[in-house]
Amino acid sequence: MLSSAATSITVVLIVFFLFIEGAGVFTKKPIEEGFLLAVHSTNPIKKLEPSQVKDIFDQKITNWKQLGGKNEPIVLFRTEDITEFYSDEELGENFEHFPAKIDEYVSKTPGVIAFFSDKYKAKNFHGKELEINKIKIFEFLSGEEWFPTAQPIAQMGVKALIYGTLWVSFGAILLALPIGLAAAIYLSEIARKRTRNILKPLIELLAGIPSVVYGFFGLVVIVPLIQNVFGLPVGETGLAGSIVLAIMALPTIITISEDAMRTTPRAMKEASLALGASHWQTIYKVVIPYSASGITAGAILGIGRAIGETMAVLMVTGNAAIIPHTLLAPLRTIPATIAAELGEAANGGLHYQSLFALGCILFLITFCINMMVEFVTNRNSHKKH
Amino acid sequence: MTIKTKLFLILPLIGMLSCGKAKNEDKGTEDKEGNTTSITIKGSDTVLPLAQKEAEEMMKTDSKVSVTIVGGGTGVGVTALLDGTTDIAMASRDLKTEEKLKFSEAKKEIEKVTVAYDALAVIVNPANKVSQLTREQLEKIYTGAIKNWKEVGGEDAKIVAYSRESSSGTYEFFKEEVMDKKNYASDILSMPATGAIVQAVSQTKGSIGYVGLAYETKEVKQLSVSYDQGKTFVAPSVASAKDKSYPISRPLFYIFDKINAAKVKAVVDYALSPEGQKIVLEVGYVPLN
Repeated sequence: MLSSAATSITVVLIVFFLFIEGAGVFTKKPIEEGFLLAVHSTNPIKKLEPSQVKDIFDQKITNWKQLGGKNEPIVLFRTEDITEFYSDEELGENFEHFPAKIDEYVSKTPGVIAFFSDKYKAKNFHGKELEINKIKIFEFLSGEEWFPTAQPIAQMGVKALIYGTLWVSFGAILLALPIGLAAAIYLSEIARKRTRNILKPLIELLAGIPSVVYGFFGLVVIVPLIQNVFGLPVGETGLAGSIVLAIMALPTIITISEDAMRTTPRAMKEASLALGASHWQTIYKVVIPYSASGITAGAILGIGRAIGETMAVLMVTGNAAIIPHTLLAPLRTIPATIAAELGEAANGGLHYQSLFALGCILFLITFCINMMVEFVTNRNSHKKH
Repeated sequence: MTIKTKLFLILPLIGMLSCGKAKNEDKGTEDKEGNTTSITIKGSDTVLPLAQKEAEEMMKTDSKVSVTIVGGGTGVGVTALLDGTTDIAMASRDLKTEEKLKFSEAKKEIEKVTVAYDALAVIVNPANKVSQLTREQLEKIYTGAIKNWKEVGGEDAKIVAYSRESSSGTYEFFKEEVMDKKNYASDILSMPATGAIVQAVSQTKGSIGYVGLAYETKEVKQLSVSYDQGKTFVAPSVASAKDKSYPISRPLFYIFDKINAAKVKAVVDYALSPEGQKIVLEVGYVPLN
């Protein structure tokens, strides 16, 4: 009683912590804290979308005309560029003339877009500060570009990551479930005792291998194999991830479903055989329905491992944040993103919180799957009686 | 049993909640037990292996100094130096204007010592016919404007470009130095480690990637790079990085507060000594002279 209460409290606390951190992302602007974007005072543009700012600084948009402004080439200005226009003496020994010089430069360059800290904004700044909206939940979920460290404006679109996660997990389950079930049936119903005593420990051994080892195995063996078999330019694909995850999920699925199948009462099986059913008919009319809840439990745990797995996936899927249309293309999953980026994200910053928000999304996905399975098994057990 | 279970469950949670805070705490830069000076070095993950090796060797011979080394990236190191929570910041790039301004605001005079050079080599699969590229071509490949080897004088094959993860200093350096600060295309594959890039490039025919000079192997081919629109191409090597003819190289720094100069002298001197420079070569970077 006490231990289950403690477990529940721990889980609730972890979820609470996750969501508190994750929600922080929606209170922030995608621009680095304390920085601003400014244009010349005569520029008619008042507001830019994050994607437009990125295209400007990538020099894909080079004229204000493309954004509905005047026909004026865009001039980029970052704080460190100031040294190209003014000498150190002009800026002052302790940079005391810095704000004035930025102001001067911005007001004499009509096509400028300047990115600098608001500490260096002169008191009577002559440029015009651009408005930047806070990140909205809808934009976060539907954005297609993931550049959390991009300057001056971070691109926080997680659609590609969500799709990547779902594709890989779905592929893994598609591979692991039939193979796992077949193996479980073989072990529990068909194999002799001696064969089972050898095979079962071997399968369970698979569960003990560290995931990095699976990842390396995938990178060295499965990736080149996929590349050659499908004649692809690149072998790091969603399929490679799915295969590695399927191998990792197999022991869980096999062990749990086999245990469930073995609990089928001998009397039920014998009754079925006595009625004239063949061995196979007994398996799929009696054993599988009887152990359905155990099999689903195994499948859920398998899916859980597949969705949440980080290291192995990080190594074999290529991690390109694009929306996948096939399993034969590189993709990036949520767990891999968190694992790869959390180390460098500043504590409490926008990037850090957006990774927590990704964790929330992952949590919701697994939660939904669990609820769905719960619902389905409940309905089934209802039918039985 | 139940109390034990409870403890087991709660302890990691407490640990988790508190570790966020612990990061910001002062590491205790100086404790004068006996005559031991303890020095904290923090910053770039690129410099980390070098600093670590040097510190190990140094502590073997000099028992009076105890060195603690923490990674986290150049930005982390510089911020820590600003806050006074580290004695030396490791940096794989020069200070940004922003950072210089912050130091001058805090009225801190800092000194920057170059301890080694690092060069990035652009690598392709050995089966690739292309053996040289200009900076502009590299930029276009990584921003997604060039997608086929045909466009840069190779076979008709899709270019598969590998990069490091965005948390890596190498990622930022390549972006600033080679890509003119433009963002990577979103279909660039990103790998969690340099070793993984070498492995992937060696087994993928149309691939291109960038790695530190220390990682060169026979399984991949290094490209010569031109920074003057194709007039001269320079192959990456320790020699060409040393005489600065190879363009994609960067100095690695130790940065410290001048007030602390006497305290950190032992570490800095060791890094610049012949033994220290020998370690530079062993770790795979380019020594100063």
